[in-house]
Amino acid sequence: MGDLNQAMIEKYRTSFLKEVEANVEEGEWVKMCMQCGVCSGSCPLGKFWNHPPQEIFMMIRAGKREEVLTSDAMWMCTSCYNCVVRCPREVPITHIMHGLAHYAKRLGLTPKNQPTAEFAQRFWNNLLKKGRVNELKLGVSLYFMNGIGPGVKTAIKMAPVGIGMQRTQRMSAMELFGGHAIKDLKGFHAIMQKAQELEALRIAQYSVAPRPTA
Amino acid sequence: MMAKREYSFYPGCSSQKGASSSNYLVSAQSVCAELGIQLNSIPDWNCCAASIGYAGGGELPRLTLSARNIALSEQHNPGQPIVATCAACWLSTREAAERLKHDAQLNAEAKQALGEAGLTLKNETPIRHMVEVLIEDIGYEELKAKVKKPLTGIKVAGYVGCQTNRPFGIAGESYENPKYLDKLIEVLGAESIPTYEKKVQCCGGALAFSEPEKSQEMIKGIIEAAYDHGADLIVTPCPVCQMNVEVYQDQINTTYGTQFKMPVVYYSTLMAVAYGRNAKDAALGGQVIPAKKLEGIAGK
Ligand code: SF4
Ligand code: SF4
Ligand code: SF4
Ligand code: SF4
Repeated sequence: MGDLNQAMIEKYRTSFLKEVEANVEEGEWVKMCMQCGVCSGSCPLGKFWNHPPQEIFMMIRAGKREEVLTSDAMWMCTSCYNCVVRCPREVPITHIMHGLAHYAKRLGLTPKNQPTAEFAQRFWNNLLKKGRVNELKLGVSLYFMNGIGPGVKTAIKMAPVGIGMQRTQRMSAMELFGGHAIKDLKGFHAIMQKAQELEALRIAQYSVAPRPTA
Repeated sequence: MMAKREYSFYPGCSSQKGASSSNYLVSAQSVCAELGIQLNSIPDWNCCAASIGYAGGGELPRLTLSARNIALSEQHNPGQPIVATCAACWLSTREAAERLKHDAQLNAEAKQALGEAGLTLKNETPIRHMVEVLIEDIGYEELKAKVKKPLTGIKVAGYVGCQTNRPFGIAGESYENPKYLDKLIEVLGAESIPTYEKKVQCCGGALAFSEPEKSQEMIKGIIEAAYDHGADLIVTPCPVCQMNVEVYQDQINTTYGTQFKMPVVYYSTLMAVAYGRNAKDAALGGQVIPAKKLEGIAGK
C-alpha cells in the first residue's frame, strides 16, 4: 500500500490533477469546475466537512495531494446528488467524491477509524461473500469495530432500535446464522474475481499511460 | 380484469424476508395485485452495492454487480423492463447501465467478467422505479379508480428524499419540488402538504449507521417540519428513508428532549389501505411506530 503511494508520488510529481484524472473515477471532470461554490452550499453534511467539494477541487488543482487524500471530507458524502443536479458545469461531483475516497483507500491514506470508511468496507466484504447483504451481521460488526468495550456500548444504545425491528419482523436474529445468499455463488465469485483482476490490470496500465477520456 | 402488465422485478437486499424493508415488499405486492401488475423476480439476483459500495469496490467490480442482474433479467425475463422498489437499487442499476453504454472499455471488461459464469449482457433493458410504473404506466386516473376506502381526514407529509429524486428523478418533476407524492396522497383521498419544506432533504442515507449524531440532526428536521404542518404521518418511496426517519425517533427524543412519535409509511402502505386491503396485506404490523389512523381504516 505505502509502496503504491510512493510510486504515485514519484510518477505524478508535477501534477496532482493529472494523477486524479488518471486514477480517480470521473477524475477527468475536475478541471471543469468553475469554483462557483454551489455544491458546497448544497451539501447536507457540509458543515462537518473540513473541505467541501468546491474546495477539494481547488486543492486538487493546487497540488495539495496529501491534504486531499488524507482528508475525511469525501467520507462525509451521503450520495444525495444535490450537488450533481445543481452544478452549472454538470460535474459528477458525487462520483468524484466516491472515487477520491476509493483511491485514498487503495493508497492506504484513509484516516484511522473513519467510521464511514469502515462501514463501507464492511458492507462490501459482506456482500462479496454471499452476493447479498446481511444487515444484522453488518450492524453487529460495525458496532464492534472499535473493540469490545465501545462496541457493547453502541450495541446497547442501538438495542431498542433492534428490538423494534425484531418485533415487527424486519430484522431476523436467524440472519446471524447463515442468512440470505444467492444460489450460484460459484459463478458469482468467478465473475467478481475476474472484475477485480481486470480492474487491477487497468489500474496498472494507467500508472504507465494516462487513462484515455471516454 | 385488465391485461396483466409484467415486469422483471429487482427486490434488493432490504426487501428480503426478515430484513429492514420486508414490509415494503408485502404492501407493494398487494398494490400490484390490485392493479394487475405482475412482478417476476430476477432469478438469483445479487446486491447492487448501493452507493456505499464505493470504498471496497472499485468502478468495474461495482458496475459488474449490476451488470449481472441486468444480464440475468434479459435471460430469464426477456422484453420486460426491470423495476425496483428500492431507490438505491434503482439508482445504481440504472447508473451502471448508462455508464456501460458510454464507456466501451468498461463495457467490454464487464462482459468479459460475466462470461466467467456464462452470462451475456445486452444492456437494452429499461430500468425503472416502481413509482414510475405507477404514475407513467398506470396513471393517476386508474390509481384513483381503485380506491375503495378514501383516506379522508388524514394529513400526510410526502417525503421524497434524495435518490428517488436525484439524479434521475421522475420525468416531468423538478428536483427542488417534486409533486408526484403529493398528487398520489390526494388521489388516495388524504390531505397532502405541498409546502412541506423538507420533502427532498437528505436523511443521511447509509451514514445514519456510521455517523448517527450528524444524521439524526437532519432526521430531526424532517420530522419536526412534518409536525409543524400538522401531519398525522410521513410517507416515503425509499426504504432507507423509511427506516432512518422511523426507527431513530426514540434516540432523537433522548438527545433533543423532543417527543416524536411520527409514523413513517411507504406509499404502498397508504395505497394498500385505500384499496381496501387488510392490515396484514398493507404490512401495518411492520411499523415500529404504529400508524394508528391507517389501522383504523384498514380494520373497518
Ligand atoms: S457546483 Fe460545480 S462548478 Fe460549482 S464549485 Fe461545485 S463542482 Fe465546481
Ligand atoms: S452527493 Fe455528496 S458531495 Fe454531493 S451534496 Fe450530497 S453529500 Fe455533498
Ligand atoms: S441498494 Fe440496498 S437493498 Fe438495494 S440491493 Fe443494494 S444493498 Fe440491497
Ligand atoms: S433521503 Fe435518505 S435514503 Fe433517501 S437517498 Fe437521501 S439519504 Fe438516501
